[in-house]
Amino acid sequence: MIGATFRRVLPQLIILCVVLLLNFAVFPGFFHIEFQNGRLFGNLIDVLNRGAPVALLSIGMTLVIATKGIDLSVGAVMAIAGAVAASVVTGGGGWFTALIAALLAGLAAGLWNGVLVAFFRVQPIVATLVLMVAGRGVAQLITEGKIMTFLNEGLIHLGAGTILGIPTPIVIWLAMGTLVTLVVRRTALGMLIEAIGINETASRLAGINSRVLLVTVYLVSGFVAALAGVIVAADIKGADANNAGLWMELDAILAVVIGGNSLLGGRFSIVASLLGALIIQSVNSVILLSGMPPEFNLVIKALIIIVILVIQSPTVKHRLYLLRAKASSTVSDAPDVAPKAQLAKETRS
Amino acid sequence: MRDQPKPVLRARGIDKFFAGAIALDKVDLTLYPGEVHALLGENGAGKSTLIKSLTGAYHRDGGTIELDGTEINPRGPVESQKHGIGTVYQEVNLLENMSVSDNLFLGWQPVKRGMLDHRQMHRRTREILKGYGLDIDPTQLLSSYSIAIQQVVAIARAVELSGKVLILDEPTASLDREEIELVFSVVRNLTARGMAVVFITHFLDQVFEISDRATVLRNGCVVGTRKLSDVSQGDIVELMLGHHLEATKRKASHASPGDTILSLKGYGKRGMIAPFDLELRKGEVVGLAGLLGSGRTETCKVIFGVVSADHGRAELRGQPIRLNSPRIALEKRFGLCPEDRKTDGIVGDLSVRENIILSLQARQGWTRPLKRSRINQIVDEYVKALDIRLASPNMPIRLLSGGNQQKALLARWLATEPDILILDEPTRGIDVGAHAEIISLIERLREQGMALIVASSEMEELVAYSSRVLVLRDRRQVRELGGEEITTERIVKSISQGESAA
Repeated sequence: MIGATFRRVLPQLIILCVVLLLNFAVFPGFFHIEFQNGRLFGNLIDVLNRGAPVALLSIGMTLVIATKGIDLSVGAVMAIAGAVAASVVTGGGGWFTALIAALLAGLAAGLWNGVLVAFFRVQPIVATLVLMVAGRGVAQLITEGKIMTFLNEGLIHLGAGTILGIPTPIVIWLAMGTLVTLVVRRTALGMLIEAIGINETASRLAGINSRVLLVTVYLVSGFVAALAGVIVAADIKGADANNAGLWMELDAILAVVIGGNSLLGGRFSIVASLLGALIIQSVNSVILLSGMPPEFNLVIKALIIIVILVIQSPTVKHRLYLLRAKASSTVSDAPDVAPKAQLAKETRS
Repeated sequence: MRDQPKPVLRARGIDKFFAGAIALDKVDLTLYPGEVHALLGENGAGKSTLIKSLTGAYHRDGGTIELDGTEINPRGPVESQKHGIGTVYQEVNLLENMSVSDNLFLGWQPVKRGMLDHRQMHRRTREILKGYGLDIDPTQLLSSYSIAIQQVVAIARAVELSGKVLILDEPTASLDREEIELVFSVVRNLTARGMAVVFITHFLDQVFEISDRATVLRNGCVVGTRKLSDVSQGDIVELMLGHHLEATKRKASHASPGDTILSLKGYGKRGMIAPFDLELRKGEVVGLAGLLGSGRTETCKVIFGVVSADHGRAELRGQPIRLNSPRIALEKRFGLCPEDRKTDGIVGDLSVRENIILSLQARQGWTRPLKRSRINQIVDEYVKALDIRLASPNMPIRLLSGGNQQKALLARWLATEPDILILDEPTRGIDVGAHAEIISLIERLREQGMALIVASSEMEELVAYSSRVLVLRDRRQVRELGGEEITTERIVKSISQGESAA
């Protein structure tokens, strides 16, 4: 089981290592980590820390995409969750109340998306586009169009604090990733989600409650988006309805794609998507550390990502496979005869 | 007269390997102009692989292909089409949402001054299709015509684009008798013009009706090529299976069904199936007979709750129930093997193992996963009991042959230990061997006390296993036949006479 997972995520691991080495090349101190004032410091820690929002989003996005759906609203949900949390603490509430309120807002958003997709059969891209546009408006209504700042220690801790020396966002995304992976793989949830993503009609006829499953994946997506929103708001000590999570849904989708998950649904790997999120953040880091003028950032990022996707494309994969087959053909040039002999025996019996 | 000395196509020693297994082993195939050459074999024998290797859809690992004496090396269906080899697949590979002439001319539309010349396209479509005995409006959407006509359009397209060899991969699988006639007359027309036609099918009657010679494949090898006028159906079946097949005979022991388990009164759904009554008892098989579109599939769907009924009452063991979703039906221990395996049955990318346990797991709910040991036990048991041929239960189910997919779907439902099992066309598109196995499985399940509803377009099959037969026509139940009445003639008569026989 572990072996299979490892083989599945091997390409992502290799790419991550390459990009990290690229970081090292442009900035030799990249792998240096030190412990100061009860907190881990270092560029590698920054990658893990800054990658938290996209990593969290990619967990939910992986499940949604596995059902052949997509959730464009996660960026807007982040803004809503940040706004809700900020308004609770500025209204005198505690950080825990604020967190719960933000998570409930995320679940409500997920429920909205899920009901539209599962019960009203609205195409996911359209259904979630509604909230992508409207959600930011909702967030602006909550913050009354201003950047709502706060000084609540507890809430700020979620974005800027540490747990046992590790920045809180890292702990949160690692915990969420582990939790969701365990839940979907230790129960039958993962298989059933894959089944409806591959063939929903057949799955429904096999007795699978596809509606409940669809709503569930959008709920998870809304939940992790809310967590990401709280982290981003806590990090800047304020809720910015206009910019929090802006375009982040696209990074989340990209993380899932880099993770080798098909946008057509079906088989999925959350671990691979999380690695995808880290790859994106490492790419950001390379650009930053190389000291390139900031106007080059987006173009270079696009180029690096194109290279990654081309390496993963079926055409290149097939070429690599052929190359490997050729290399090993010196060992056994003749096709294996055993299966045929076995087949003949089966037919005879 | 057929054995003219000059073959149009000669394939020699075709090899194809898949990941260590041999799919084709030095296969020879020779086609003469003007002949219909049947390609026969069980599912997984290598028929499709051979066709794909010939047309270049697969890269062959050995052997030569000669067309009119010159060696060719097509690297894809388009290239083989240019050489003169056209292929028509079972599922019509056309665009239903475009017009008939668009479909015929897609990719080689007549052009006038850089623009599509629609007028000429429609005119030529009309001419071409007239040659096939079709007088249809080329401007209409293809989907507005029957599958048979679509099939003929597909053939016409293939012939126009190629012209020497036409490969028909199960062209008649979803056609009724009249429609088959239409396709056959087209084929006869083409062979009279000197084309060579390769005909792949599971229907041996049709093979003998139209083909001149047949090549039989078994496990990737050619086991014989026969002139059909020299052999009997039994000879061919023997070649395909390597042993004699028992004729399916009607069992006499249908006398004592048990208690009524399901009772439907005035059950129906507007626009799908007129209200009908059905009493289903333990240990009996109720057959559903009727032509294509007569309401067999609709009856199955309404009972399983795929569409919920808007008329009538249902009682399960005397208790009223509402059957309005497959999930409820599954809970109440119903099972349904749907007609269209590919779209409604298998979950292609999931493994065979996962497909088999899917319904059982769905009934348990996602929070209670089946234990790995239990899964293995179930999968091993049914793979063995139903003789599902696979390399590994971990392989995606879409890689299995049709018959094995069907067995895996049966396994999925048997694993849920159903009281009522509904089978919609359980033997469609599967080979002779698996066919007989599924019929004997139905017998066995009935003897064990299961209640079965089986819809089938094959009368002999219904006669073989049904305790009672409901005859459907125009989405209405017109007749119930029981006991001695169950004969092919009576069923056919009831279908053709419709209500007047009731």
